[in-house]
Amino acid sequence: MSVGTPVPHDSAALHVTGAARYTDDIPTPSGTLHLAFGLSSIARGRIDMMDLAAVRAAPGVVAVLTATDLPHANDVSPSNHDEPLLSDGTIHYLGQPLFLVVADSHRAARHAARRARVDCTEETPILTIDDALAADARFEDGPVTWEKGAPDAALAGAPHMIEGSIEIGGQEHFYLEGQAALALPQEGGDAIVHSSTQHPTEIQHKVAEALGVPMHAVRVEVRRMGGGFGGKESQGNALAVACAVAAAATGRPCAMRYDRDDDMIVTGKRHDFRIAYRAGFDADGRIVAVEFIHYARCGWAMDLSLPVCDRAMLHADNAYDLPAARIVSHRLRTNTQSATAFRGFGGPQGMMGIERVMDHAAHALRMDPAELRRRNYYRAMADVGGGPSAPRPAAPPEDISGQKMQEDVASRGSAPQDGADVAHTPGGHGTTPYGMPVTDFILGDMTERLLSTSDYAARRAAIAGWNADQPILKRGIAFSPVKFGISFTLTHLNQAGALVHVYQDGSVHMNHGGTEMGQGLHRKVAQVAAARFGIDAGMVRITATDTGKVPNTSATAASSGADLNGMAVQAACDEVRDRIAACLAERAQTTPDHVRFEGGQVTVGGETMTFAQAAQTAYLARVSLSATGFYRTPDLAWDRRAGHGRPFFYFAQGCAVTEVVLDTLTGENRILATDILHDAGVSLNPAIDIGQIEGGFVQGAGWLTTEELVWDAGGALRTHAPSTYKIPACSDRPDRFDVALWDAPNPAATIYRSKAVGEPPLMLGMSAFFALADAVAACGPHHAALDAPATPERLLAAVGRARG
Amino acid sequence: MVDRHGSQCGFCTPGFVVTMATAHLNGRTDHDDQLAGNLCRCTGYAPIVRAAADAAAAPVPDHMRDAAPGGEADGVFRPTTSDDLATWYLDHPDATLIAGATDVGLWVTKQFRDLGDVAFVAGCSDLAHIEHRNGSLHVGAAVTLTALRAAIADSHPSYAELIRRNGSVLIRNAATIGGSLANGSPIGDNAPALIAMGAVLHLRRGDAQRSLPLEEFFLDYGRQDRRPGEFVTGVSFPETAPALRCYKISKRFDQDISALLGCFDLTVRDGTIARARIAFGGMAGIPKRAAHVEAAVTDKPFTTDTMQAALPAFDKDFTPLSDMRASSDYRLAAARNLLLRYHAEMTGAATDVLAVTA
Repeated sequence: MSVGTPVPHDSAALHVTGAARYTDDIPTPSGTLHLAFGLSSIARGRIDMMDLAAVRAAPGVVAVLTATDLPHANDVSPSNHDEPLLSDGTIHYLGQPLFLVVADSHRAARHAARRARVDCTEETPILTIDDALAADARFEDGPVTWEKGAPDAALAGAPHMIEGSIEIGGQEHFYLEGQAALALPQEGGDAIVHSSTQHPTEIQHKVAEALGVPMHAVRVEVRRMGGGFGGKESQGNALAVACAVAAAATGRPCAMRYDRDDDMIVTGKRHDFRIAYRAGFDADGRIVAVEFIHYARCGWAMDLSLPVCDRAMLHADNAYDLPAARIVSHRLRTNTQSATAFRGFGGPQGMMGIERVMDHAAHALRMDPAELRRRNYYRAMADVGGGPSAPRPAAPPEDISGQKMQEDVASRGSAPQDGADVAHTPGGHGTTPYGMPVTDFILGDMTERLLSTSDYAARRAAIAGWNADQPILKRGIAFSPVKFGISFTLTHLNQAGALVHVYQDGSVHMNHGGTEMGQGLHRKVAQVAAARFGIDAGMVRITATDTGKVPNTSATAASSGADLNGMAVQAACDEVRDRIAACLAERAQTTPDHVRFEGGQVTVGGETMTFAQAAQTAYLARVSLSATGFYRTPDLAWDRRAGHGRPFFYFAQGCAVTEVVLDTLTGENRILATDILHDAGVSLNPAIDIGQIEGGFVQGAGWLTTEELVWDAGGALRTHAPSTYKIPACSDRPDRFDVALWDAPNPAATIYRSKAVGEPPLMLGMSAFFALADAVAACGPHHAALDAPATPERLLAAVGRARG
Repeated sequence: MVDRHGSQCGFCTPGFVVTMATAHLNGRTDHDDQLAGNLCRCTGYAPIVRAAADAAAAPVPDHMRDAAPGGEADGVFRPTTSDDLATWYLDHPDATLIAGATDVGLWVTKQFRDLGDVAFVAGCSDLAHIEHRNGSLHVGAAVTLTALRAAIADSHPSYAELIRRNGSVLIRNAATIGGSLANGSPIGDNAPALIAMGAVLHLRRGDAQRSLPLEEFFLDYGRQDRRPGEFVTGVSFPETAPALRCYKISKRFDQDISALLGCFDLTVRDGTIARARIAFGGMAGIPKRAAHVEAAVTDKPFTTDTMQAALPAFDKDFTPLSDMRASSDYRLAAARNLLLRYHAEMTGAATDVLAVTA
């Protein structure tokens, strides 16, 4: 059985030998041109005059394009048509592309781009959350508010009240492979585009718009990315469109890749948030009500900010049953990079709010923070009659009557549809603040096991003793849970397609709509295909994701890759398999259910043949050995405007215990040990899933500790290279790092009862942040209200506040 | 790496494999250090280190011992002695001298700077020696940080540990002590350590040689006491410095530029601080001694009270900048606390987070 085995990544041998091709490794035809953007050097204003004579005269320059040179749409937005490829005269942020240099080498293009003289009328940029609030600069008309119960009354009557706020910094994706694209002009104005993108259909759509051609004239191919993490869901649009329009203008292939500094200065990052909170607790540490006000810094364009901010609201509860809640979300427009998708898509920020509340409450009530968290958990699956079979509203067909043809419907930034007829579930216990009954909650059991295997209680006591003897160093330990909703919250994106060919030699060629960015999606999906045919996974070849093979794909995002595409591939494989079975059954004068596909063999009646022989037999009988497969997630119904419904198919869960040591003189710190128990359902591939968990934890811990984005007063991003922006290095992983899988079937009917594992583990990194807060708490009696990222500087200041 | 699932997106993987294979060739098992210069964004490093550990016992493949292909560069002067360099540099005083190119490389790739005449000085073998001379260690300008670290591991362990965190193995193999000092960066990590020890810098212009206390070489931000055609030949410092402690503060431990670096060398006799040398990086436009702090502790008992009493003197010595690495307030607060750390460490308290295990 290929499913469930820890086979290596399908490209592992290519990776380690350097033979794996990324977009910029694709051999280019002779005459290929190279592109670079000229960038704005101010954050806000108007262009008065752009003198590009020196750029045009620079060695190797073939053409220089400005907005007026573009043949059709000047837009690379995935949502609101508010993101010109090249400035239309208004400057919205420092680093905005103003013009496009087309040259005979990458270096010549970059060099020339710096020779422009641009005269601007500067305006005072809106850079911070406070700037944006003061200017009322925001997306949508006003803040979005969701409410459950009567939070004001509950807060007023709460025996204990806490109040505060937390700043949560953004995060640069720092995919090792930067953004890259290559456009090859074809006959008749068609284009083939290679792009390092998580969303080929989006690239196809934006390129078609820019060229003024139907989508069928553009084919987009993605073999693999060198990391995506959400940073290639929409941020590749600009390069692909630039290449396509330059290729159309010159008739020559055009390639573009950002230098690392440009990549960091031009592209969006994780949204930074401020979350203000008020929460009431009873004497036993049970929450009675909470109010959160989210302030999200969205940057200059809408991009995917609305669904990001929605998902932050959707995770304001994390694992906790909130009897009454109000969540207010301000989506603020600033003259900075347009914040975008990043692993977790707002969920991590939302969770940080409630986890801070739990930590603050434990401090105020002098309770063990892990115990206080457990007391506030949702009721266990076993206690609520379990699984997703609990009553739920039926999913109505979506009303697409209001849809315009040009709408970017395959993007998460697409306008939500009205008319989702969502039945309102009564509030109270057991439902999320958005009215979804939580019926698959297993964190209670998981927590019990992890606290036991990590020896949490004894270590906590030992640390307290150690700290009492140490004047300078303090250790801290923290437990934190994760409950992450799985599905695109834009319901119609929860669909996927696949294309499967079986050749007469029994080898299988397969495509699906997902893209490979390192997460092992192709391997997992190939394991599914192999299992359906009863063959070895090595017999299944997945090639580049291609809009010409599987159309209308959703982004490989929202952790959905294996869930959606695995199901679509299963459907396609079963279609072909059933045809083979029918053919063989007819020959053997039996019924198809007597045909078995196992161990590379096909057995029918008393006869056993290889899968290859079976395929050849079917071919000779003129049976089609090619099929498409399709899947859509059932049981979703979500009214975004009301903040009510069932946006998720199920919840993926996990928990972590992390121990740290802190130097109270400087704020320097280390992660000493991390224990993780994570729920991947029945894992499709335990090795790949553990890899996602280890990597997600380290990336999440980096977000909350060393990874600090700093803009100066003029709006320039000062941390735009690895010299100044510090992702975790080798020695930053926990000294002791133990990861285990929970390994129980997903009650929801997912592919082989597995669970999505792409994003949820990132939020396990919160345990490192709260362990640092715990070490700070050992310094003095006051709640220090640590902000993120917890750099040495913030930690030293927090130590001072703890001491008072 | 395949068996341990050490690659995910695969983009960083060839780099890791090459670094790992070289470390294996060199018999190194300090994997975190060996791999400190390779970033991975997918795996969290754990499986990569498992792969390195797995491979440790395997024999080194023969092809790893093949000679590296040589490189040629047209129009570049490649002296093999400092005499040749001195003569040529007098005639080309505007030339760029390149040793490891760890900084100059970025002038080219990031700033598109035209370097003009270039001399590669790493071939000056007479500048690559480390010698003991009259109680001093004389380190030639072309000595790499890797060689320096190895030479002082026992005699100057705190400085050697500082060098461990200075770049990666690859960078330290290329970077030279002469380049580090001549570059004059206010955030270079070698100068404060050497200034705290009272190091002397040696320069040469044509046949003229001179020496000066290292701190006097750094005049102002970006400006050193080096005349046209003059170059650094080496640096001398005491053979041992048992009381030297170097404290590098950065957002990340490995491969990060210091927000500040404090180096302390206090001579304590009979409980009294007989001599204090304290130098900081990242606190001013140049690597700089904390003269007022030194004065405030000199001839005082080596006690917490003395240290506490000296803290206000930091304000007289330094008015640091705020930038993306740290604020001015943090730099000053941490600098003061490093004096407290020094006293705590020298009197036996646990101060090093790197020494703590779960």
